[in-house]
Amino acid sequence: MQFFLEVLIGGLLSGVMYALVALGYVLIYKASGVFNFAQGAMVFFAALTTAGLVDSGLSLWLALPLTMVAMVVLGLLTEKIVLRPLVAQHEITLFMATIGLTFFVEGLAQAIWGANVRSLDLGIEDVPLEWLLENANMAVSQFDLIASGIAAVLVTLLAIFFSKTKIGRALRAVADDHQAALSIGIPLQHLWGIVWAVAGFVALVAGLLWGARNGVQFALTFVALKALPVLILGGFTSVPGAIVGGLIIGASEKLAEVYIGPHVGGGIEGWFPYVLALLFLLVRPEGLFGERIIRRI
Amino acid sequence: MSEGRQIGEVILDLKNISLRFGGVKALTDISFDVREHEVRAIIGPNGAGKSSMLNVINGVYRPQEGDIIFRGEHHRDMNTYAAAKAGIARTFQNIALFKGMTVLDNIMTGRNLKMKSNFLLDALYWGPAQREEIAHRRKVEEIIDFLEIQHIRKTPVGRLPYGLQKRVELGRALAAEPSILLLDEPMAGMNVEEKQDMCRFVLDVNDQLGTTIVLIEHDMGVVMDISDRVVVLDYGRKIADGTPDAVRSNQDVIDAYLGVAH
Amino acid sequence: MLYREAGQFKATYAEDSQIFPIRQDRIGIALILAVAFVGTPLLSVAGLLSDYTFTAILTPFLIFSLAALGLNILTGYAGQLSLGTAAFMAVGAFASYNFMLRIDGMPILVAFILGGICAAAVGIVFGLPSLRIRGFYLAAATLATQFFIVWCLTKVGWFTNYSSSGVITAQKIEMLGYTFDTAFSKYLFVLSVVTVMALLAKNMVRTNIGRSWMAIRDMDMAAEVIGFRPMQTKLMAFAVSSFYCGVAGALFAYAYLGTVEPEGFNLDLSFRILFMIIIGGVGSILGSFLGAAFIVLLPIGLNMFMHFLEGSVGINLPSGISSSIELMVFGGLIIFFLIVEPHGLARLWQIGKEKLRLWPFPH
Ligand SMILES: Nc1ncnc2c1ncn2[C@@H]1O[C@H](COP(=O)(O)OP(=O)(O)O)[C@@H](O)[C@H]1O
Ligand SMILES: [Mg+2]
Repeated sequence: MQFFLEVLIGGLLSGVMYALVALGYVLIYKASGVFNFAQGAMVFFAALTTAGLVDSGLSLWLALPLTMVAMVVLGLLTEKIVLRPLVAQHEITLFMATIGLTFFVEGLAQAIWGANVRSLDLGIEDVPLEWLLENANMAVSQFDLIASGIAAVLVTLLAIFFSKTKIGRALRAVADDHQAALSIGIPLQHLWGIVWAVAGFVALVAGLLWGARNGVQFALTFVALKALPVLILGGFTSVPGAIVGGLIIGASEKLAEVYIGPHVGGGIEGWFPYVLALLFLLVRPEGLFGERIIRRI
Repeated sequence: MSEGRQIGEVILDLKNISLRFGGVKALTDISFDVREHEVRAIIGPNGAGKSSMLNVINGVYRPQEGDIIFRGEHHRDMNTYAAAKAGIARTFQNIALFKGMTVLDNIMTGRNLKMKSNFLLDALYWGPAQREEIAHRRKVEEIIDFLEIQHIRKTPVGRLPYGLQKRVELGRALAAEPSILLLDEPMAGMNVEEKQDMCRFVLDVNDQLGTTIVLIEHDMGVVMDISDRVVVLDYGRKIADGTPDAVRSNQDVIDAYLGVAH
Repeated sequence: MLYREAGQFKATYAEDSQIFPIRQDRIGIALILAVAFVGTPLLSVAGLLSDYTFTAILTPFLIFSLAALGLNILTGYAGQLSLGTAAFMAVGAFASYNFMLRIDGMPILVAFILGGICAAAVGIVFGLPSLRIRGFYLAAATLATQFFIVWCLTKVGWFTNYSSSGVITAQKIEMLGYTFDTAFSKYLFVLSVVTVMALLAKNMVRTNIGRSWMAIRDMDMAAEVIGFRPMQTKLMAFAVSSFYCGVAGALFAYAYLGTVEPEGFNLDLSFRILFMIIIGGVGSILGSFLGAAFIVLLPIGLNMFMHFLEGSVGINLPSGISSSIELMVFGGLIIFFLIVEPHGLARLWQIGKEKLRLWPFPH
């Protein structure tokens, strides 16, 4: 039981971080209807840039704002160069364009910083939390706990941003109806720019946390890919969906790895979330929180 | 109106159809029938439920209540495949052509239920598959001639102007050699000349092939001219049903169209 | 007026329904086939084409063309986006390997066909979600195929005949006592398979089954209303597409790599094939070939360019940078094509032909 709880908590904590990555996708999808496959590459780019700057002698507190600037620029350029020309295109075309973007950003990151694995130290140690170890004899990573705390704060902030600020409301309106958004008086292009910048910021935080935990390397993009099953579970447009989906995926993949893995040769973490999401889709194609739509003709 | 044709028995009978989308009542307790060989018009203001009615008839939407009796057979609801098999073809309010395909291919798709070849024979394009393809092609060319669209047969439909697309869509429906043709605003957005052409095509189909026609149309002149009977919907309810003349003088209809008392 | 269809009147629909109705196209295809089947052998015998040309360029080009053709059937014609192409290739390769291994006297072509059929069966299973989901939901779901299949082949020892490293060595390609073991003979073998399969595909896409795919792609509701059944149509597209990918995978293992492990069929390969159809032309058989040629040649050209930069210009590039630049160029080109010419090279070719039709008169 203790072991089960340990695995479950570990899973939920990484689930929070999946949710954080997923949130980047949701933001952009909600505002511009683009499924941005490159969100994972942006996470990688952010982590690699920070680590690269730190490695070249800057302090973390200088490297962070610089990376943030780079992320915002990247986001704005993407919006301007890639998405704006494709604005009226089919969503699949946009999706494929973001796959192209993925390759570009991954290549760019490695062209600048090289392809070596780097480590990133945020000053939080990845050791079991003593208090829990002593009192409950459970090993729960201190790093995971703090990281998911940060993620949780960020998620809450974004939720508030969406529901309480003028820009947030405008963004929601855009998602529902472009015409309505125009009437709020903020040009659509500005909104999209803002969203891409915010998504860049989310990618930065996710990149820092994942990068510090697993090392800054190409495999980070696969972590980010895990956000896809999260989105399938939660629905592409729902912030709470991303959170719940993240928790489910995080917990279930760890539990599956520990309890099913040994019987089938292990390594099932790599596909379990996708198959879970796929089975889920067969039952509820609109996701947990999405609305069922009856197609019109 | 054509004199030669004989209006026959009821072939499609809709009984107490109700259809809801969440809280929206698109159709409420609607009943009417369609007789063989007639031109039956459905009219009503926007959002009245006309398109939904057609969607119920060929199984795109499943009504929550009601019965559909088609050629004596009872259906709780239709399904699209059964409807197509039974000879119900249609066009759509917002053109639903296959944009990436040529006019010829679009119309050929209309004949798919009549094709027996399988994919292996298709792949070899050999013997029966080839003969079948060419036989259907001949039929489709007749339709192309009839609709006077020979010059665009190899053009992808996405590049055609609206009026021609509407015509191609009619062609695709005709290719199935349907016994009932459901037309959803076939003349919307057309200029006078295009409308006249379309009217002529519809009447010719009705007249020469005896195809029963259910027509949604906003142009009252057209409706009064070509239909045998008219059913009027408003806010998902039937408010009148009868000959064009009777419907025209119906007070409820006049009110609905003038926007009185809602 | 080199390229003119005016004046070529078709007396019968049979003539107009030929596989290549325009005479110049027929001549063009005949020429290409003549060069491919007769020209290259002559050049090779004369020593003008090296083995490298066959092993590193022509053979992989043909194999990737076949895989791209498979993906194009699914994505380009039937409109179902897949990110799992490499997984279907893997199924074809490993199934063929096991048929050859476990059944004595199994003819190689039969093993390839059976391998393709296994891939088709897997395709049908993983295509089932397409009945309920669409667009990038489906794309995300196809990732399940990709990761699961590769994992499965890695973990279940039986598939690799319990090879400890997971690497299999493909058996020799033998037919009627002849062994295809030179670079050149393997090329001819691949060329024959690919030619036949491409012609079959061309026939499929211009007859009822192809129309059913395109109808589902362009307007699925309308397709349903005129009597196409979405389930059969989509699953058929998954089956045929996976069959093509499966055979391509088998050729990849047997005629190109020789030894291969499941990881050789990773997500990256899937993306690469997707890029081929985007650049070559979505929904075009010719495009599959053009795209494959482009993606095979691009890294080679890029490498030559880098060498040139280092050699004659004297710029010193950090090691490993060429693969990063390759990623950027791939990504950039995808975006470029989607924005500027979403129908890819095939469409440019089409436009070129239309220009030729008028040449030398500009109007
Ligand atoms: N697929 C659908 N989902 C939700 N509501 C729908 C759908 N189709 C139609 N409706 C609603 O049903 C009502 C009738 O629409 P419709 O049949 O298109 O009217 P008409 O064709 O007479 O203009 C409208 O209120 C419309 O919004
Ligand atoms: Mg309507």
